[in-house]
Amino acid sequence: VPPVASPAGAPDPAARVYLDSASGEPLHPAARQAFAAALDAAYADPRRLHHAGRSARLLLDNARAATAEALGVRPDEVTFTASGTAAVHRGLLGLHRGSERHGRTLVHTAVEHSAVLHAAAWTGSPARSVPVDVTGRVRLDDLDLADASVVACQSANHEVGTVQPVTAVADRAGRVPVFVDACASTGRLPLPEGWAALAASAHKWGGPPGVGVLVVRRGSRWRDPFPEDERASEHETGFENVPAILASAAALQAVVTERDEQAPRQRAQVDRIRRVVGGLTNVDVVGDPFDRLPHLVTFSCLYVDGEALVTELDRLGFEVASGSACTASALEPSHVLAAMGALTHGNVRVSVSRETTDADVERFLSVLPAAIERLRAQL
Amino acid sequence: MRELDCRGLVCPAPIIELARHIRDVGIGDLIAVVADDAAARADVPAWCRMTGQEYAGQETADDGAPRYVVRRVN
Repeated sequence: VPPVASPAGAPDPAARVYLDSASGEPLHPAARQAFAAALDAAYADPRRLHHAGRSARLLLDNARAATAEALGVRPDEVTFTASGTAAVHRGLLGLHRGSERHGRTLVHTAVEHSAVLHAAAWTGSPARSVPVDVTGRVRLDDLDLADASVVACQSANHEVGTVQPVTAVADRAGRVPVFVDACASTGRLPLPEGWAALAASAHKWGGPPGVGVLVVRRGSRWRDPFPEDERASEHETGFENVPAILASAAALQAVVTERDEQAPRQRAQVDRIRRVVGGLTNVDVVGDPFDRLPHLVTFSCLYVDGEALVTELDRLGFEVASGSACTASALEPSHVLAAMGALTHGNVRVSVSRETTDADVERFLSVLPAAIERLRAQL
Repeated sequence: MRELDCRGLVCPAPIIELARHIRDVGIGDLIAVVADDAAARADVPAWCRMTGQEYAGQETADDGAPRYVVRRVN
């Protein structure tokens, strides 16, 4: 039986290169340290009044304060959930429920994460999609607010990196509350303004998996869309994973502190990939080249099966994601690429992490063109 | 109109067929791809944009399968 995880070793020139930080950023060292320290100190239920419970509550409140400070919001606006998806569900559906008397239609951009689209469909209420332009940016002039309960507009697109004009959407939305799925950008870009509720996901900034952040602004009309749980606040549900939450807060503080150094470095690496890949024959680099997330780039290769390209790159030691659905593993191609008018097959998303070196990028770029040509020759 | 039957083929096969056969028709003429693969709906117009051909729209074949029509421009 092979080991489930290989132990960390000395740097090896033949080491695998992980280029899928947009799916999950490697654990930040600050998170590892905080997690280890909290495991022994934060086991009790933070609701309980005994000493161990109060200790857990203190640690949880410290994590909440640190997270709020890093995000530029108030501590009492921050709730921790069991995942980014859970935060999306609670945020979006809570605003929808809170607006019942004002409208019934959930309005969302055409390129929201599937968690938003499925949550909207689950309500049984009408939903309306707002189209995007060729870069994946929402078309403000097509924002129709008739009967709207809530407008969902992501901070930046998780597949192509394009930053959305959230504040302009909020200006136009007026009294209709705006929900922001900020999972793709939190920690990497400052939060936009003007929203009523927002969701983020710790493993995308280098925290452990299993921690989401829900921020509900004070004064927002938010009502619990799910069965009540008798926690400290109506926004909360379930027994918090305090060690993982502390680790997430430590990682967030660290990445926000390191952002001025990391973001330009990652931006330059992505620019380099965009330039080289954009020069390949029949390859389309998608998303806004400038107003984008610092760490990710997506491109589509004509006449190539995207999942086969992921497998071929993995064989060569490079770990990337794909929005294509050419095999049985997914039935529908990426709705994001389709909404942009981009090619859905032959699609690859490359996202760099704080550990990605310029040499990693050059090694990837040195094998990619031949990998594409090999797959084209097979078809 | 020249028609390519790509029923049952998965992406990117219908687009590869289209690229192989676009020169079967004259400049200004139409060629159609009948494909039930979901990706073709996005990929035929995207292919036209990337290769400088003109996407002429979506129709429905007699059996209900989508038929994507392309005008050869170059």
